[in-house]
Amino acid sequence: MSLVYCGACSHAPGITGRAERADTQTRQALHNALYRMGDEIRAAKPDALVVVAAEHFANFFMNNMPAFAMGMADSYEGPIEDEAFLKIKRTRVPGNRALSRKLIEGVMQTVDVAYAEEWKFDHGISVPLHFLTPDYDLPVIPANINCQGPPLAPLKRAWAFGEALRSAIDSVPERVALVATGGISHWPATPDSGKINAAWDREFLARWAANDRDALLSYTDADTYRDGGQGGFEMRTFIAAAAAAKGAKGRIDFCEPIPIFAVSCTVATMQLGA
Amino acid sequence: MSLYQVQKLIYQLNRDPRTRERYESKPELVLAEYELSDEEKRALIEPDIGLLYVLGVNGQLLMHFAALHHIEWNAYLEFMRQGLKKHGPVREGVYATTGYEGVEAHDERLKQEREKR
Repeated sequence: MSLVYCGACSHAPGITGRAERADTQTRQALHNALYRMGDEIRAAKPDALVVVAAEHFANFFMNNMPAFAMGMADSYEGPIEDEAFLKIKRTRVPGNRALSRKLIEGVMQTVDVAYAEEWKFDHGISVPLHFLTPDYDLPVIPANINCQGPPLAPLKRAWAFGEALRSAIDSVPERVALVATGGISHWPATPDSGKINAAWDREFLARWAANDRDALLSYTDADTYRDGGQGGFEMRTFIAAAAAAKGAKGRIDFCEPIPIFAVSCTVATMQLGA
Repeated sequence: MSLYQVQKLIYQLNRDPRTRERYESKPELVLAEYELSDEEKRALIEPDIGLLYVLGVNGQLLMHFAALHHIEWNAYLEFMRQGLKKHGPVREGVYATTGYEGVEAHDERLKQEREKR
């Protein structure tokens, strides 16, 4: 088994960009949970980190929108956002082209994934990396699920993508960690930014921790839009991680609504091998 | 009239430093490369963030367009609220507003809940 870590966390740009405007204690607790996730990833001694994100028009646009995409380069640049906006310094992050290629070929056995030899990280990857691998010393393989520009892949296909990733990862000798990033309920970058349906988020995370496929896939996009806003479509990344965990159960390490960060800030781990 | 064209221009501005430089020196030349209505051109040039939101521009594009114009976060949110009052509901795209209480009131409520725990 070469999947050595599997988890999920928030990626909201406010976590870094508007950090000082949150309640200090809650913010520090979130940061500590993210740092602990980084420690746990390092303890698993991965050769690479697959980040399954929901990007926001940094690379993909409605002229040619892949449902699923993976990066295939030896390095990536990020964040694409204004450094003053995100408060993360732009940098080059190592990739691993050869490993990307093997994983993409593996995923392609069951899911038609697009590949990209160029990829600019946006907050969907850059915010998590800022805490998880602050020295940018672990090669990253970016993966993306379109959660922004409908039509979106159905949840069952996000599950299939997670399964395909797992099977691809299990077929390579390298040790691979996987982190999914996204918000659950949120109304980002709109006048409703800050609105959070915390009870709905907790229910989703309970289904995620139980790794209950049927319960996770039972949401319709109409339900999600009503209860979790258009931001809730990013649940696809969490669902892919659950599928990649192949039946393992999850542990919710942190989940608190932080309005200025616009989401229930979440850190969660699938207990592989437990 | 094309939300797609407005969003495509903003997408290019957000991700391509050369488009940004050209836009900052000669915006009309960049605008001419897209099929835009007069209303859309005016909204982009001013910029009228509220109108762009009402036209249906995705916030993941619009918030960076606002940051490019040095519009601070709270001001960005306020421009969208004013846009709704001035121009009516969002005309196209994924947004419907839901009557959020606002971050300050929400924070206060969460703080009280935490203290009760």
